[in-house]
Amino acid sequence: MVGKTLYDKLWEAHVVREEPDGSTLLYIDRHLVHEVTSPQAFEGLRLAGRKPWRGDSVLAVPDHNVPTANRDRGIEDPVSRTQVETLESNVTSLGLKFFPMADVRQGIVHVIGPEQGATLPGMTVVCGDSHTSTHGALGALAFGIGTSEVEHVLATQCLWQKKTKAMQIRVEGELRPGVTAKDVVLAIIGRIGTAGGTGYAIEFAGSAIRSLSVEGRMSICNMSIEAGARAGMVAVDEKTIEYVRGKPQAPTGEMFERAAEYWRTLVSDPDAEFDAVVEMDAAEIAPQVSWGTSPEMVAPVDGRVPDPAAEKDPVRAEGMQRALEYMDLKPNTPMTEIRPDKVFIGSCTNSRIEDLRAAAEVVKGRKKADNIKLAMVVPGSGLVKQQAEQEGLDRVFLDAGFEWREPGCSMCLAMNADRLEPGERCASTSNRNFEGRQGQGGRTHLVSPALAAAAAVAGHFIEPSALKEA
Amino acid sequence: MQAFTVHRGIVAPLDRSNVDTDAIIPKQYLKSVKRTGFGPNAFDDWRYLDPGEPGMDSSQRRSNPDFVLNQAPYDQATILLARKNFGCGSSREHAVWALTDFGFRAVIAPSFADIFFSNSCKNGLLPVVLAEGEVQTLFDQVEANPGAQVEVNLEEMTVTAPDGTVFRFTLDEDRRHRLLNGLDDIALTLKYGDDIRAFEERQRREWPWMAEQR
Repeated sequence: MVGKTLYDKLWEAHVVREEPDGSTLLYIDRHLVHEVTSPQAFEGLRLAGRKPWRGDSVLAVPDHNVPTANRDRGIEDPVSRTQVETLESNVTSLGLKFFPMADVRQGIVHVIGPEQGATLPGMTVVCGDSHTSTHGALGALAFGIGTSEVEHVLATQCLWQKKTKAMQIRVEGELRPGVTAKDVVLAIIGRIGTAGGTGYAIEFAGSAIRSLSVEGRMSICNMSIEAGARAGMVAVDEKTIEYVRGKPQAPTGEMFERAAEYWRTLVSDPDAEFDAVVEMDAAEIAPQVSWGTSPEMVAPVDGRVPDPAAEKDPVRAEGMQRALEYMDLKPNTPMTEIRPDKVFIGSCTNSRIEDLRAAAEVVKGRKKADNIKLAMVVPGSGLVKQQAEQEGLDRVFLDAGFEWREPGCSMCLAMNADRLEPGERCASTSNRNFEGRQGQGGRTHLVSPALAAAAAVAGHFIEPSALKEA
Repeated sequence: MQAFTVHRGIVAPLDRSNVDTDAIIPKQYLKSVKRTGFGPNAFDDWRYLDPGEPGMDSSQRRSNPDFVLNQAPYDQATILLARKNFGCGSSREHAVWALTDFGFRAVIAPSFADIFFSNSCKNGLLPVVLAEGEVQTLFDQVEANPGAQVEVNLEEMTVTAPDGTVFRFTLDEDRRHRLLNGLDDIALTLKYGDDIRAFEERQRREWPWMAEQR
């Protein structure tokens, strides 16, 4: 008998019922809820006279619409305000756990889940948000769902799913200095494409992945969906267990040790077989910058904007051409000649303490370049913000001319007041460079926190090590 | 959910791959707490020349004459034809609600993003996967003969092109059954309440730290 993959183990531990055609009723341990994709689900529940099956599985927080400045004034946009108030009234009337905007624990749902120990290894985790894959970094089965499924989980604690295929992406070897988890995942998407993982659950493995911190692994799993996969995951190791230890909602004492013993089994067996395996050499991965309007359109920072004329596939060439027009870029332009107008450091991909430390390291003792109209740092949660301030990172950013904001999704998707104006170009640590994503007509370049910081200082993309002495 | 059995209608050719959910319904419209009313803002950035905000009267905005859904007869289309990886990006079900509210009953493409596919099936919007060559044939026929009708038949799992050519597609039996009958998922699942409770009992024994969440 062949061994089991991590995905097999997580799946099998949550099967409530399986139909002959493979449709499976899968039990959900943790349901994260935010204000954008839940109001219609709560309304559906109410209209049908149903109650949540298991209220203690829910953790709710507003993140997409919340302002990142002048919070004492509340939410000025009345439509956004209504949505946040609707969440609050929905969850409080049902007695569900909730961190309001004024709570220091408030933040981006995918930052606070692991931070609170609300998401643990071995769990099934869902949220009406495609970046739920982030929590897979803990050795959990975590995936995004639509609003109908949010209502279904609220009402039944389960989802009907069919087991997908399993893909292993193995990154072996040592990463070059200055290459981060974000560069690894952008390089992976550049290699397999935005539909490369469609129909798969991806396990990220190999010595380069194991060498990353748990937060780095979160940045990788976060962008599984940009590779087309609903779920991404990393096997449990001692780093995972130490990360979870002491988190507010994690088990304690003897129960923790008992849990940890189980968690250590959450690895793919050596003889497990995957439906697809992708191998990458860590040493060949350079810092990445996206040049187009799809996350697969990436180039090394020391590379050039590609030329659609050199692309053989006509549909693909046309897509590249359209992307270059939207981005206002010419083929063969060196990436280091691209000059952003704004810099955004934040989002569920890159707003954790290690991300802020990496950016501050580059910024320290330097100033924002004159052509950068705005460089903003948006911590992933109130607790990340607090930690950064204890370390003095806020001063580093403020002294360099950056803005230091309150936690939320912010300019990753521009549902609040933080957005690009038409034609503006942004170096962004977020996850999507789609047309209009950061504001209608805005142009997004996806990068790591260190590269975003370096772009803010130099006024153009540049490898941090190439910056002049501070 | 509205059942889907057989539908015949005008096909709008949207000749793009990787149509993402941000394009289908831009973020500012996700602030609504309702399930309806997204149709006028489907493909908002492509459909209008001026920027849109929630609450604006779309009939007063400048429409983009180059965008396919603004051109007759495609403004009456009920079937959308697109290239690969349709619906990639976020999990927003609003993207599906925008398409159904516009009047679409089916989307035909060589491939779909997983979450969009699942959301679609839960709202009576049938996602039809055809081979790239078959999709190309439909593009050719529809563009040569605008307003030509196509029939999508879920009972037979066939698509009939304007020239009568029949293409076959598949959909897993569970989803097909629910779509054909317009079934309420939750009511069906709650019939298995005893199985769910039995699972929870087992979890309390084997993984008590997950059952006793704090």
